[in-house]
Amino acid sequence: MIARILPALAVACALAFGLPAAAQVQMGGPVVGVPTNPVSPTATADELELEKALTRGRIGGRISIPDEQASNLVQPAGRDWRTFHNRTLTWVGGIAVLGMLGIIAMFYATRGRIEIDAGRSGRTIQRFNLLERSAHWMTAGSFVVLALTGLNLTFGRWLILPLIGPEAFATITLWGKYAHNYLSFPFTLGVVLLFLLWVKDNIPNGRDVGWLKAAGGLFGHDHPAAGRFNAGQKMVFWITVIGGTLVAVSGYVLIFPFWATDIAGQQLAHIVHGVISVLMIAAMLGHIYIGSVGMEGAFDAMGSGQVDVNWAREHHSLWVEDEMKKARETIAGTPGARTQGAD
Amino acid sequence: MARMKFLCDSDRCIECNACVTACKNEHEVPWGINRRRVVTINDGKPGERSISMACMHCTDAPCAAVCPTNCFYTTADAVVLHDKDTCIGCGYCFYACPFGAPQYPRVGNFGSRGKMDKCTYCAGGPQADNTGVEYVQYGANRLAEGKLPICAEMCSTKALLAGDGDMIASIYRERVQRRGYGAGAWGWRTAYKETLSV
Repeated sequence: MIARILPALAVACALAFGLPAAAQVQMGGPVVGVPTNPVSPTATADELELEKALTRGRIGGRISIPDEQASNLVQPAGRDWRTFHNRTLTWVGGIAVLGMLGIIAMFYATRGRIEIDAGRSGRTIQRFNLLERSAHWMTAGSFVVLALTGLNLTFGRWLILPLIGPEAFATITLWGKYAHNYLSFPFTLGVVLLFLLWVKDNIPNGRDVGWLKAAGGLFGHDHPAAGRFNAGQKMVFWITVIGGTLVAVSGYVLIFPFWATDIAGQQLAHIVHGVISVLMIAAMLGHIYIGSVGMEGAFDAMGSGQVDVNWAREHHSLWVEDEMKKARETIAGTPGARTQGAD
Repeated sequence: MARMKFLCDSDRCIECNACVTACKNEHEVPWGINRRRVVTINDGKPGERSISMACMHCTDAPCAAVCPTNCFYTTADAVVLHDKDTCIGCGYCFYACPFGAPQYPRVGNFGSRGKMDKCTYCAGGPQADNTGVEYVQYGANRLAEGKLPICAEMCSTKALLAGDGDMIASIYRERVQRRGYGAGAWGWRTAYKETLSV
């Protein structure tokens, strides 16, 4: 009797406990960040650590406390991230930022301020409307703070901390971190807005090749023809859109730890964030220079939005022609009206 | 001075998690933070081992190397500690740490992870020894009282050893020679760049 009941009991137990257990595994889905198991049953501690360090894996297993991330026992990848942060990023960032400042200084010393060859005409034409300028300055303003607080996180320990002491440095770095996190939102919104506003004028075309061959007229006094945006400005646009998107996405991965990825993903996100950011900072230094002290009349485009007609003719000849044509068509039916610049 | 280390003899650890509990109790560690944890590898398979892991107080500590505010320091006993007053909770030490030791109180993932918390080797922090302010920020300072970390002191199978590196290494070697097997010292290659040969 018992011999007959026991197998039945065993089957019942298996159904009662085994199946729900299997279902639970299914419901939980794949556990995030499970390390590269199984490990060899006979391996010793140092063999395993060496193996995982060489194969870029992790030693990990099961943990009974309710924090799945704690099931990583050893993650040798931290060492690679340390090398990136302390060596690679410092060198790439230092060379990119200081190199760009050096290039700008040399350019200013040799070429000087780029003047309007024909002088100011005294008449202006609208280049950017209020919405475009607002979107630009929201992005630019938050970018400057993001850049400075980001550079502080990488270089401040070596450059600023020795000057002002640990307490003051910790205070400004803490506030810098808050600013960095919160200003990411206007920055991201600004990148989206700028993309929507300007993408139609920033599609690369054949004229950009000619503009680039003439180096944009930076080294002479000839002005290669350009539409609303020249090839240099298109580069700044795409650096902002593509770089800004990468920096924003990788940044949000770091602001919300473990929402999207495990520790390996966060290390990768930081690497992407750091490298793209310092390269963007270098590019924007050039953009800031040529848009302010580097070129007469350029700042008005983003200041008042009204640029001098002679400046526009020299730097955006095809855009001016288009605008004039549009203006002529608009007023064609109005008797006695004259196009701006026609007198 | 001693060179303080942890050594977990995984052939003795029975995964009772008493070290985890004792640590939380001794230091009144907040919810969500476990300064020590027990990980079981090859669970249910040949070669199953449980290892109690916390901050290993590394030689040339990665956390200290990457900290943007330089808030880490190493004591005369080679214990790696940090100053919560200058910690900004950026998470960099967590990315760099091989052992997952740094943790953050989850007061809000967004922007403010809070000050990092980790195993202090029961040695408190930069505040004056065994004061109320030290206890609130870092927990008990047993080392200043001449005691070893609570996790190792109350380990029922004496799997977890704490103390001077040479002393605990010789205890472990003696064990391995007597019983004839041993999986080695977990984390030592990574933390101290040395292996425990028997």
